[in-house]
Amino acid sequence: MEHYYQPEIECAPREQIKALQDERLVRQVRHVWDNVPYYRKKMEAKGLTPDDIKSSDDLWKLPFLSKADLREAYPYGLMGKPLKDCVRIQSTSGTTGKRVVAFYTQHDIDLWEDCCARAIMAAGGTDEDVCQVSYGYGLFTGGPGLNGGSHKVGCLTIPTSSGNTERQIMFIRDLNATILCCTPSYAAYIGETMKEMGLTPDEIPLKAGIFGAEAWSQEMRRDIENTLGIKAYDIYGLTELSGPGVSFECSAQTGMHINEDHFIAEIIDPETGEVLPEGSQGELVFTSITKEAFPLLRYRTRDICTLTREPCSCGRTHVKMTKPQGRTDDMLIIRGANVFPSQIETVLLNNGYPANYQIIVDRVKNTDTLDVQVEMTPEMFTDNLGDIAERQKELVEGLRSMLGLTAKVTLVAPKSIVRSEGKAVRVIDKRKI
Amino acid sequence: MTVNQISVFLENRPGTLTNMTALLAENGIDMRALSLAETNDFGIVRIIVDDVYKAATVLKDGGFVHKLTPVLAVLIPDEPGGLHRVLEVLTEAGVNVEYMYAFLGGGDVDHAYMIFRVQDTKSACAALGARGIKLVSQDNISDI
Repeated sequence: MEHYYQPEIECAPREQIKALQDERLVRQVRHVWDNVPYYRKKMEAKGLTPDDIKSSDDLWKLPFLSKADLREAYPYGLMGKPLKDCVRIQSTSGTTGKRVVAFYTQHDIDLWEDCCARAIMAAGGTDEDVCQVSYGYGLFTGGPGLNGGSHKVGCLTIPTSSGNTERQIMFIRDLNATILCCTPSYAAYIGETMKEMGLTPDEIPLKAGIFGAEAWSQEMRRDIENTLGIKAYDIYGLTELSGPGVSFECSAQTGMHINEDHFIAEIIDPETGEVLPEGSQGELVFTSITKEAFPLLRYRTRDICTLTREPCSCGRTHVKMTKPQGRTDDMLIIRGANVFPSQIETVLLNNGYPANYQIIVDRVKNTDTLDVQVEMTPEMFTDNLGDIAERQKELVEGLRSMLGLTAKVTLVAPKSIVRSEGKAVRVIDKRKI
Repeated sequence: MTVNQISVFLENRPGTLTNMTALLAENGIDMRALSLAETNDFGIVRIIVDDVYKAATVLKDGGFVHKLTPVLAVLIPDEPGGLHRVLEVLTEAGVNVEYMYAFLGGGDVDHAYMIFRVQDTKSACAALGARGIKLVSQDNISDI
């Protein structure tokens, strides 16, 4: 039986959703115009006033926002509410230069948690369930978002956060956790560890998992499902928009339903910015129509995917998006963290290394690995192994503080990194996703 | 009196050492001694050669990262306690040895050569000289 958290909205007729979006968009544009001078200037530059936006049919007229805008307006420039009305910030796992900091009023948190609650119920969760949240808690949105959603559903919530896998397994078994929320790679790791402990899927109480924050293949889904004896559901989101729960998978597992009462999705041509018809592949753009504190209009996600409004067997009427098929920039997602090659380059240069490097990303036993290969130079080389090892350690530490994850650093012979057409191939991603 | 050792950076994978020895062989460079220090990823090969200038030039042209390091080459009688006497002198002088390796040279069957990398080369030379222990020069090495 399909469970819904807010069936009257999740299964509403399309016309009703459209009417709701029209009304909320008009109100949101007015809110942004009145409170966010940064975006008002962008509208003025296009000769627009809020009167030009009469319904969601006029959405295409509005200017885009990109990550560059977020950086430029950091930290307060895109806020729609005074700080005294905000109750929380969350931040991205790591970006070039400045992090993205998003603000929330209590109302924003409520709606975000509603979205996560919908995802948990779509995965079969009810107030009978015990939901273990093994996403990181803190600035990262994964833990707080699913934690809030789990409360709203009425699940008994175990906020283990990530790490300490033995303790995770102990809680799953001792407290009969039935739903697990974490990144797919961590789910795979927990599964592998249980298998090594000799546990069969029958001995694991879990029945469903909600896994997001990084790309994963169908093959990986089957692996996780088989080792844990569960059904694995995908969830999508961005800190800029709230966090996980912008869209989520239902029992049909043929895409993720976007919560259209809170976000309007568009697919654009990343080159021209032109809106593409339904079914076309392009860059996903979101307009937040209910957020108060951080109301982003036409935010370019850089994720490439397609949308479909074909009726879904689960009964939900909200548009479905495919898993992101790629990126329009060079961002890599490694163990759930956003990594740009330029960040790695910055760390190398700061540590006195040359910019001759190669990043090799792979997935070993369902866990992402990051190997940074750097060419040895005459200036760096000394006769002392200890000194070189010490410098390697400093570099690993520098990468850890920039990226928030541990990389392996390999020193290679000069000119051994392949250069093609004068330009080095910086990233080799061996993961099969 | 020191000898110039050439330290070469090598990646720890099959064939890298062969590439280096091929280059030295092609250029007629004779190695007197060799020692290898390694980690999981890379190694440092340390060599004493007959023609330091030529070896350094061909290595550089061949794309090998290398450094010249001054080391002590000590002539040691090939008999029980030979090395021990040298180490006693260095200990008394408070000189720390970073690494060392040995080689046997030419037709001289009565002596061995010991290469020492020490932290304080000057004190080591003075202490060894004062106790009559013979250091070998770069020219001697070339002539072995």
